[in-house]
Amino acid sequence: MEATIATIVATAAPLVYATVGETIAEKAGVINLSLDGSILLSAMTGFATTYVTGSVMLGFLAAMLVSMVIAALIAFASIELKLNQIAIGFVLTLLAAELSSFLGRPYVGVRGTSVPHWRVPLLSDIPFLGKVLFDHNLSVYGSFLALIAAYVFIFRTKRGLELQGIGERPEAAFARGIPVNRMRYLYTVIGGALVGIAGAAYSLDVKFGWRENLTLNFGWIALAIVIFGGWHPVRAAFGCYLFGALQVLALKLQPVSAFQGVSQILPILPFVLMIFTLVIVYLDWFRRFGERHPRWRRLLSSEPPAGIGRVFERE
Amino acid sequence: MTHRRPVLHFRAGSRLIAVALALGFTSLLVAVAGASPIETFRLLWDGSLGTGDKFANTVMTWVPLVLASAGLVITFSAGLWNIGVEGQIVMGAIAASWVAREVDLGTAGIITLAILAGLAGGLLWGLLAGALRVYGRVNEIFGGLGLDFVATGLVVYLVIGPWKRAGIASTSGTDPFPREAWLPTIGNKLAPIAVILAVLAVVGVYALMRGTYFGLRLKAVGANATSAFIIGIRTHRYLLAAMAIGGALAGVAGTVQVIGFQHKLVPAISGGYGFLGILVVLLAAYRAAFIAPIAFFFVMISVGSSQLSLRLGLDSSIGGVIQGTLVLVAVLVGGWQAQRARHGAVAVED
Repeated sequence: MEATIATIVATAAPLVYATVGETIAEKAGVINLSLDGSILLSAMTGFATTYVTGSVMLGFLAAMLVSMVIAALIAFASIELKLNQIAIGFVLTLLAAELSSFLGRPYVGVRGTSVPHWRVPLLSDIPFLGKVLFDHNLSVYGSFLALIAAYVFIFRTKRGLELQGIGERPEAAFARGIPVNRMRYLYTVIGGALVGIAGAAYSLDVKFGWRENLTLNFGWIALAIVIFGGWHPVRAAFGCYLFGALQVLALKLQPVSAFQGVSQILPILPFVLMIFTLVIVYLDWFRRFGERHPRWRRLLSSEPPAGIGRVFERE
Repeated sequence: MTHRRPVLHFRAGSRLIAVALALGFTSLLVAVAGASPIETFRLLWDGSLGTGDKFANTVMTWVPLVLASAGLVITFSAGLWNIGVEGQIVMGAIAASWVAREVDLGTAGIITLAILAGLAGGLLWGLLAGALRVYGRVNEIFGGLGLDFVATGLVVYLVIGPWKRAGIASTSGTDPFPREAWLPTIGNKLAPIAVILAVLAVVGVYALMRGTYFGLRLKAVGANATSAFIIGIRTHRYLLAAMAIGGALAGVAGTVQVIGFQHKLVPAISGGYGFLGILVVLLAAYRAAFIAPIAFFFVMISVGSSQLSLRLGLDSSIGGVIQGTLVLVAVLVGGWQAQRARHGAVAVED
């Protein structure tokens, strides 16, 4: 039981990075739809860099750089060229995915280094929790840190309040003296860096290696979870762990004889179940239920940042 | 997600710049990978148009892409991001496969029924995503994505489960359909019925968008749904109709894939034509008139690139890289020109 939950926590770690990154960008008003491609290209870059240089650290940095460039491109196209964020993000997701296949070909199937494991002294001796939370690879601890830092930053600091302001009411934020577009660049690129870490965490930690389409569809799931999480990093993380649990469950069911005939569709099931969980949460009547019952409101109802996807122009 | 319909401005100049930049970027990539760019582009051309058979193959790949793209012109016009198009192709393919496997009415009967079934399969799947959007306020990107996953799961289940090949269950596909269910061909591959369907779709969508009130109102809904509603357009109906038409055309694309090309149901039946179609329509700036030539160009790249892995040892994904770069650069250059035009106008006013 402990081991299973620990596996879920580890499996979900890359998704936590990705959803936290996307939440930050969307809070600032920029939708980075390129996640699926960004994660693939970052996973490939991270693995290849580590393979060539032998340094896991450089692998993560290279992966971050790739996704930051993609994120910056989306911010540029949206802010300077007034292009639709969805359009540019969609094109970039397909392009980055194809690039990862093309450039990653020499690294398919080779064995590389992975993120070091570290048992946190003392904490890992706590019964149950120690095993679940404190006996992991370093990138898993990083996902906890990213999550906590994002929560504290967004909801407990002045800068975080500004971040919400530029996503909700860019005009008002601008009137208060916040350089809206410059901040949008900044937060989109920071979000991109986290997405890059997600990619590297897949190829260097969770999946150990590179093959074509290694992380296919995980980016889409991350985008969906951000909405499910109501643009709240902690709720989004809950979605990530739910998806991780579904994945581990599908893996455990594969050898069960009753599922032998359909074992090939088990890996698809978590995606189906997750999206439909989200669809139900997303449905109108479900959200109205949340609004009618104050106790459930915090958990159920969610509205996107009002300025999301909209270009801000100073008059 | 406000201002849904992307406003893109294209001019002949921007397309030329885009093609030149995309070719430059891919040449660089190919050179870095250790192959000759000129040889690469020559092989792309040869691999797609070199012989009669290759040409027929290219045309038969073009048909589903054009059908899916034509449907996407309609959904984009209504301001919808129909990411569910992949699933709609798959559901069309499944419905048509069912007819091809189960119905025995002679060639004409089977083919007519298969096309209608495929159309209905895609239509219902599109309508489902539309209903989630209209009645449940589920963003069509994620509703569609979910339905894509369901369709993928269903096709894999059918191929390894109830429709598995005699004796062995493998993901390589079902048994081939009986010969009567294959689209009749001229030569080895070219099926005139498929080409006619593609041409009808393009002409039909063009006429619908250019010559009817329906098309005009649809564009009004896409441009600004709130204003359209205020002037008395029943926006819900138009959104649902757009998803139904888009889905139906995608379903026909799936039908052509199974009865005209693969002659069996395989898990990867959509061939990625749905997402590729979105790129085609973006490059065509949402206009039906351009999708046929652009789709042909894209298909040349896709079909030709499979040669590259055989002859030059390059990964065949180079085709996708060229297509993606082309659209990215075209969209960026288009945006840049529109931006300059806007600034120019402001300067004149001053």
